[in-house]
Amino acid sequence: MSPVERFQTAAGVAAAVAAGERSARSVLDEHLARIDEREGEIHAFNHLLADEARARADEIDARIAAGEDVGPLAGVPVALKDNLCTRGIPTTCSSKILDDWRPPYDATVVTRLRDAGAVVIGKTNLDEFAMGSSTENSAFGPTRNPLDTSRVPGGSSGGSAAAVAAGFAPIALGSDTGGSIRQPAALCGVVGAKPTYGRASRYGLIAFASSLDQIGPFARTVEDAALLMEVVGGHDPLDATSIPEPFPDLRGTLGRGVEGLRIGLVEELLGGEGGFQPEVQTRTREAADALEAAGAKVDVVSVPASTYGLSAYYLIAPAEASSNLARFDGVRFGLRDERATMGETYDATRTAGFGAEVKRRIMLGTYALSSGYYDAYYGKAQRVRTMIIDDFDAAYERFDVLLSPASPCVAFPLGDKTADPLTMYLNDVCTIPSSLAGHPAMSVPFGTGAEGLPVGIQVMAPALGEEQMFRVAAALEAAAPGGAR
Amino acid sequence: MTATTASDQGGAFTELPSGYRLVVGLEVHVELHTATKLFCGCPNQFGDDPNTNVCPVCLGLPGSMPVLNAQAMELAMRLGRALHCEVRPSVFARKNYFYPDMPKDYQVSQYDQPTNVDGHLDLPDGTRIGIERAHIEEDTGKSTHVGGGGRIHDAAYSLVDYNRCGVPLVEIVSRPDFRTAEQAKAYVNELRAILVATGVSDAKMEEGSLRVDANVSVHQPDTPFGTRCEIKNINSVRSLGRAIEYEALRQVDLLEAGERVIQQTRHWNEDEGRTHMLRSKEEAEDYRYFPEPDLVPMVPDPARIEAIDAALPRLPAERRAALAEAAGRTLPDESVTIVVDRGLDELALDAVAAGADADRTLTHLQHDLDPDHAANVPAAHLAQLVELETSGALTASQAKQVVAEMGETGKAPEAIAAERGFEAMDTSELEGIVDEAIAANGEAWEKYCAGEQKAQGAIVGHVMKATRGQADGKLVSQLLEQRRSA
Amino acid sequence: MTAPISRDDVAHVARLARLTLTDDELDTFTSQLASILDHAADVEALDLDDVAPTSHPYPLENVVRPDEVRPCLDRDEVLAEAPSAEDGMFRVPPVLGEAP
Ligand SMILES: [Mg+2]
Ligand SMILES: [Zn+2]
Repeated sequence: MSPVERFQTAAGVAAAVAAGERSARSVLDEHLARIDEREGEIHAFNHLLADEARARADEIDARIAAGEDVGPLAGVPVALKDNLCTRGIPTTCSSKILDDWRPPYDATVVTRLRDAGAVVIGKTNLDEFAMGSSTENSAFGPTRNPLDTSRVPGGSSGGSAAAVAAGFAPIALGSDTGGSIRQPAALCGVVGAKPTYGRASRYGLIAFASSLDQIGPFARTVEDAALLMEVVGGHDPLDATSIPEPFPDLRGTLGRGVEGLRIGLVEELLGGEGGFQPEVQTRTREAADALEAAGAKVDVVSVPASTYGLSAYYLIAPAEASSNLARFDGVRFGLRDERATMGETYDATRTAGFGAEVKRRIMLGTYALSSGYYDAYYGKAQRVRTMIIDDFDAAYERFDVLLSPASPCVAFPLGDKTADPLTMYLNDVCTIPSSLAGHPAMSVPFGTGAEGLPVGIQVMAPALGEEQMFRVAAALEAAAPGGAR
Repeated sequence: MTATTASDQGGAFTELPSGYRLVVGLEVHVELHTATKLFCGCPNQFGDDPNTNVCPVCLGLPGSMPVLNAQAMELAMRLGRALHCEVRPSVFARKNYFYPDMPKDYQVSQYDQPTNVDGHLDLPDGTRIGIERAHIEEDTGKSTHVGGGGRIHDAAYSLVDYNRCGVPLVEIVSRPDFRTAEQAKAYVNELRAILVATGVSDAKMEEGSLRVDANVSVHQPDTPFGTRCEIKNINSVRSLGRAIEYEALRQVDLLEAGERVIQQTRHWNEDEGRTHMLRSKEEAEDYRYFPEPDLVPMVPDPARIEAIDAALPRLPAERRAALAEAAGRTLPDESVTIVVDRGLDELALDAVAAGADADRTLTHLQHDLDPDHAANVPAAHLAQLVELETSGALTASQAKQVVAEMGETGKAPEAIAAERGFEAMDTSELEGIVDEAIAANGEAWEKYCAGEQKAQGAIVGHVMKATRGQADGKLVSQLLEQRRSA
Repeated sequence: MTAPISRDDVAHVARLARLTLTDDELDTFTSQLASILDHAADVEALDLDDVAPTSHPYPLENVVRPDEVRPCLDRDEVLAEAPSAEDGMFRVPPVLGEAP
């Protein structure tokens, strides 16, 4: 039985709660019961907010009883990646350095969720400061894949992906810098989307790499992902990089099919050489065939500069991170390891507070920005970014959306890739190019690969191309092996 | 030090020992006069309780993001145009270094693409000072050092207040065009006048809304500029002059002793009247500048710049030129400079246009009228007063008193003169008094007749006493002279 | 092509980033950073002088907010999170030097 059949969708819950057919409280209790049952082995959450959620669900029920319209996510439990600021509620980025920090403000997306009637059920685990692809780099221990608890859920939004896959919440928010939504969505067999850079406000998202970070939805259906995206997306005056355009009606496009759409299979991301599991390659071709059968025109396309994506990404993201993470200094919040002087306190606090992967990236990024190296590293990587955008633009002249695997492999065992950082980085090879270009991209489950574990197909679109991306995603969902819902 | 100025190659030079020449460049930080901070909606307000004007953005809390204040950009461009700069597309950058008064541990500042470049400011003495750039950046918080006498180096701990953090600043970087400490002081005064006139800043050095750092070096003529030291913590225009002169002499002493000047940052100690080293700059700082990814480029609209130009008030240099022309003076002219500094040039122009004698008008506006009272004095009143004086109806000292009272009360000059009993003393009456005074001061009269000019003081004093100060001093002198040569 | 990252480079960068590394960590990080940078050598080798850098993937310009006061945070709520506070201010160990 697919997860979608076992658990309710957000759209279904919201409709039932709004119509008074179900109470928000009963929906919540059902989810809390599942959490009770499996959270011990999965560890999706850093902070479960059971009491707060019950109070909130009761409030929503009262408002509905009073005839109020509480919004499109009426009574829907939502899990939040623990790098989204929640007022008065611990927000840790899975790092010791934030040491039970309680932000004095809410992220814009959190405010929008509340305004839409959602019930925040907990804060989910992640790779520390969203740096990783397996959720093993958490100061609070790894999250396990609900489909096989010996395996990772992917990362860095592994907690959110696992929470949705395990039925702990119908939907969750994650953040995606180089694939941190799409890759764990693929590994956990759920839908995960990263919108165009600037579509979702970053205000209140603890920054990893500011020019790449985007917030996006996890869901078990394309429709739920669209619903959540519509709620949190759209212009925010508190984020200067937020796109000042209204957010499109995504759900309205889902049923339109793919007749006449031009779909390109990205040659460079199909994994001609090693590293890609053959089943993943096969599913990707089958996905293309299925879309062709549904009326799309499919062809192979080259995006040559995408091969430089990984290198450019691992210069740009650490460089921005090295600056973004300077503020974790023991002065105003979080951990302080106090020593005789301020200087020694900085050193002691940061050395004690950050894990190895975070230190590695801070040092790599500091190096890439440092005097004498800027032009060779950070400066060069920003120019590569232009090349990648140009090559994508050329491809999008001929195609409406592009297709690739979301991850070169299915969920791998814990500890498999922790010894060598570069091996872990290679996991992001498919997702990074559209991150660098700032384009929307999402992962949709499409059959299984090795060990019967899910495979995710990545659908990419040009900037502001969310509508065609979701249309294709809906078509893939309908055509997925093992049957749609 | 004996800083005398000499004319040399068309510019004034501070005379340093052994033929050394002074070279100074100034970096002036100015707080912009906005309602809110540069990147958040907290009030830009001085003197509130610590940490009450703060929010996630200016506290640098995780997840917070900056959004540029439109008015700060507007004021920065206005200042740029007032300094004759080119206003260009700009990009904010991050300057990375750890310091507790800077919450993000980077400062958002414009680096290689500042808003304003290539301007100039003309000093009252005619010297043109080049402006390299005037860029926007955020201010830091303020630390109080507790224990050890409140000094940073031996404090037990420090307390940080972030109210000032994120206040919009423009940093105005001059070219190294100053050759005397006087020029540097004149520049700061001139800049303050421009800032106030344009509404860009209240420019109060005592409140820290205008802060000056001086880059000082010395060299021998026809050799490259020497190694410079940056002097910080200069709290007044007077200190600026003292600090530059002290530092220049210190460098000359070093060079004369066969040592070299080491590039470093030095701190001006007002009480001790000396600079001391803060830190060496031999190991260059590595600020790892890169474009601030949370902000987008600013591209000024040419129409906006035109509108700024059109709305700029008349600036001091332009006002000095207008006043000099009306008063028949040649610049540089001290009276003109002072009257413009006091903001009384409009009044002077109107009075002169109404027929007042320009020299006497300038004299009164330079010394006798409180600028805060200028609104009480219509140009017509001032012209009437000057007319009373030139016609001899009032003496110079009477006129001075009447001007002051015109400012205080707004009354017409005739009315004040009448109330005070200032009536023109007729000459025959004065001649009688002069003769009495000569008779009473026989010894002084003899010395005066023998050519000792200052001996007339005793006689004039007698006359003034007898007339309760109402005699026209000039006329008394004339009468004495007539009698001596008779 | 730049020289491979050295142990001294890593030590320097750690100082800039205010991290203290043990000798063992210094060795490990040096070899790990070297291998990551080696992977980036393909990018380093490109001649891209004619290509403009992209610092924002979605190009916007002139984004500003009106100069209007918004509510500030409650000081008690802010200072409750501070590792150390005194007299309404954040307390820190002695700073010793002035800002650069
Ligand atoms: Mg500066
Ligand atoms: Zn603020």
